[in-house]
Amino acid sequence: MASQQQLSAIKGAKVLMVGAGGIGCELLKTLALSGFQDIHIIDMDTIEVSNLNRQFLFRKSHVGLSKAKVARDAVLRFRPHVSITSYHANVKNQEFNVDFFKQFSVVLNGLDNLDARRHVNRLCLAADVPLVESGTTGFLGQVTVHVKGKTECYECQPKPAPKTYPVCTITSTPSKFVHCIVWAKDLLFTKLFGDKNQENDLNVRSSDPASSSDHAEDIFQLNKDETIEHYGRRVFDHVFGYNIEVALSNEDTWKNRNKPRPIYSRDILPEEPTKQNGNADKNCATDDQSLISAMTSLGIKNPQEIWSLMENSRIFIEAIKLFFTKREKDVGNLAFDKDDQLAVEFVTAAANIRAESFGIPMHSLFESKGIAGNIVHAIATTNAIIAGLIVIEAIKVLQNDANNYRMTYCLEHPSRKMLLMPVEPFEPNKSCYVCSETPLSLEINTHRAKLRDFVEKIVTAKLGMNFPLIMHGAALLYEVGDDLDEDMVANYTANLEKVLSELPSPVVSGTILSVEDLQQELSCSINIKHRDEFNEEKEPDGMVLSGWQQTPLEKDDCSKTLGNGESTSKTLPSAPDADKYDDSDMVASGRKRKLDEAVNISGEANSSKKPEVLDDDDDDLVMLDDGDDRNPAINKKKRLQ
Amino acid sequence: MDGEELTEQETQLYDRQIRVWGADAQRRLSKAHILVCGMKGAVAEFCKNIVLAGIGSLTLVDNRLVTEEALSANFLIPPDESVFGGKTVAELCCDSLKDFNPMVRVSAIKGEPSSFDEEFLKTFDVIVVSCCSLAEKKSVNEKCRKLPKRVSFYTVDCRDSCGEIFVDLQDYKYAKKKLEDTVECQLSYPSFEEAISVPWKVHPRKVSKLFYALRVIERFEEAEGRNPGETSVSDLPGVLKLKKEICESQSLNEAHIPNALLERLVTNPTEFPPVCAIIGGILGQEVIKAVSGKGDPLKNFFYFDTVDGKGIIEDISNRS
Repeated sequence: MASQQQLSAIKGAKVLMVGAGGIGCELLKTLALSGFQDIHIIDMDTIEVSNLNRQFLFRKSHVGLSKAKVARDAVLRFRPHVSITSYHANVKNQEFNVDFFKQFSVVLNGLDNLDARRHVNRLCLAADVPLVESGTTGFLGQVTVHVKGKTECYECQPKPAPKTYPVCTITSTPSKFVHCIVWAKDLLFTKLFGDKNQENDLNVRSSDPASSSDHAEDIFQLNKDETIEHYGRRVFDHVFGYNIEVALSNEDTWKNRNKPRPIYSRDILPEEPTKQNGNADKNCATDDQSLISAMTSLGIKNPQEIWSLMENSRIFIEAIKLFFTKREKDVGNLAFDKDDQLAVEFVTAAANIRAESFGIPMHSLFESKGIAGNIVHAIATTNAIIAGLIVIEAIKVLQNDANNYRMTYCLEHPSRKMLLMPVEPFEPNKSCYVCSETPLSLEINTHRAKLRDFVEKIVTAKLGMNFPLIMHGAALLYEVGDDLDEDMVANYTANLEKVLSELPSPVVSGTILSVEDLQQELSCSINIKHRDEFNEEKEPDGMVLSGWQQTPLEKDDCSKTLGNGESTSKTLPSAPDADKYDDSDMVASGRKRKLDEAVNISGEANSSKKPEVLDDDDDDLVMLDDGDDRNPAINKKKRLQ
Repeated sequence: MDGEELTEQETQLYDRQIRVWGADAQRRLSKAHILVCGMKGAVAEFCKNIVLAGIGSLTLVDNRLVTEEALSANFLIPPDESVFGGKTVAELCCDSLKDFNPMVRVSAIKGEPSSFDEEFLKTFDVIVVSCCSLAEKKSVNEKCRKLPKRVSFYTVDCRDSCGEIFVDLQDYKYAKKKLEDTVECQLSYPSFEEAISVPWKVHPRKVSKLFYALRVIERFEEAEGRNPGETSVSDLPGVLKLKKEICESQSLNEAHIPNALLERLVTNPTEFPPVCAIIGGILGQEVIKAVSGKGDPLKNFFYFDTVDGKGIIEDISNRS
């Protein structure tokens, strides 16, 4: 039980929880049981069936309702005297500004995406409120403490960038199943059912570019006088047959690779479709979108099974038919959604047929859905453990017990007998642009890059700002906000299209730009350096920001990249990679870096930022499994000041 | 793949965890029968975890009527006298747990760990006891070992801001993933009595202080005829005296069992909810591993102490 001193700190605390999902449900319960009296909880999500195996405050009857509200009601049932305030809203909304954050003694994160984590980190820094951050994947998890000026902030270490793949790997030379999924989801699905006007690299670059691109325009259009069956087969033959033939004609590509095999529908499916049409009509006499399923109309039940090439082909054609007959209104504005059964069926089938063509093993619908939807593995037990650890750190923070703050890792396999491994927090990174005032520098072609490129590629994508304001000295170049007058908006819109050196206040080599986000109360200055040329492969943005780095992209022989996720801002820092689930799927932070170092400390490769594994208080020597226990650098305590 | 396929409903509900342990493990879970005795905070957490995970059935034993203390770390009991009047703690927890997952059969029965016979025990695959005396732990464990089938046995207890789990899987075979291959592994566990009888001087170096402290308190409670957790600060002199005796007979340096730790455990025998969540989570995970036969199980003690924040595995067996 908690001591008197702890209890009074707990009772007097006002706590903000961000996220009422897997970790959130466990955390709210443990906070209430531990005696917390005033808890506020923000979550924009509603409850889904796949949450119920771990988010124990929710029942089937709650599907579709606000997580924050239902979680509040459920906890009040066993702890009626706790004050719980729920907000069904996005934490990035403007109402949750610095003043809002200032009212809390501590903020506890149970979030599932990098973007929101960075945002909350900045507000906590601006409001000077301590943050306890957390994340889990399967059996792995971590809890970290971020107190301004005392420990590193959430962004002091670069976060792994979302996994992306070079366009040519996706369009021409897939070698892993995930490449086929990205192709099926981002290219083919979007081409057939999404926004037709979007740029799309679906067709391979042939030696004769004119013919393939002209040709392609009509190919994906349903002709007035053709049946959907015919259209489906035409698309099938074009993408799995014709396009592969075109690619094969480019012989250089296949010198060191296995050649793909073109697949045509006539070789797989009987020419005349017989009864499937009627079947589908009967089964789908419903408006409920979730019941429209190619698997159901074809009588395929088990999502764990790997379909044959023929089954995949039938699903492919059937899914196209169902989209065009049962969901006509959706066609033209669909975006892939992992909870859209028909979309998952189509993407699975398309990815499998492509995989077969390229000699890559096929996968079940269940597995494909996981890869396509970037589904993070989650279990109740890890969330419960992590929530317990969050509360323990929160209580230390409330007591200002800085010497005892810990980052704790929850491991799947014990390391030095430990399943729960505490590590001393790092000091703030002095060159972190978020929590220190270190300027960044940007190499850019000031005669070619437009202000728009700078805003999109740097300010939004890299610096994660929502409401940026860009100044050159006293001159305002750009600003986003709700209350700008028309003249200003017109002025900023015009500026966006100008190259940097031709702005009203020219940005040239040596210029210092100041970029601010008024909501996050974050500002940083960027030293501009002009550079003429950029390497298309290594510097695809055509500009290089330094002073802050992201892990580099997978290297290949072309420059553009495609991601595997809803959008880079919504997904986790890394996407599941079918080859190595446990390593690639680390959540939220430079966790992998720290763990690797903590677990595999080896002789020479010591950096000054080695995490300190805490051992028994009577013995400071860390015994390593491999017997490497003589290195004094490992044992040097790096206590917080 | 053995046994029947998962239903559509199961696949949908358990989607995220099947991605962790596979459909095969999920099927085995749905056929497991689990018995728990002593519904305090850590056990309530454990029950929540395995009911959510979709085990076959869960049987609860706890004859106590609801008291202020029973409520403290247990979120399964609504704090409303009109609801709990007359019902046992097990019955009340049963009502809440059923609600968590309609696919799991949860029931409450009356009984005492000492009265369980073989006929009864052999209907389970996993038995978890908590808040039991030293004699009860030993006897239930021994009965489990005499059954014609292998039954996994666990004890779990939380005091102050510490927790302990003991595991006996007897002779246990399981599958372990090594790179691309799955390899068969085997472990041999001692019983609780065997484990605590291992002479302390042959223990591995630096065994958790909690192991020793909890053995001293267990012996103290047995000698004084107390219920588990029935200690207060006035017992400290008696506990310290017993510690001295045991350390002498085991040739263990007394410094291995700090007086401050004993004082914490004796003075504050109630549970600390964050520790219940952690211990109940680790135990849930271990039971899921044992039932599914997948992954390294812990052998054979687990400790967590809020003071150093470590979750440690200790293997205390007779290595002759």
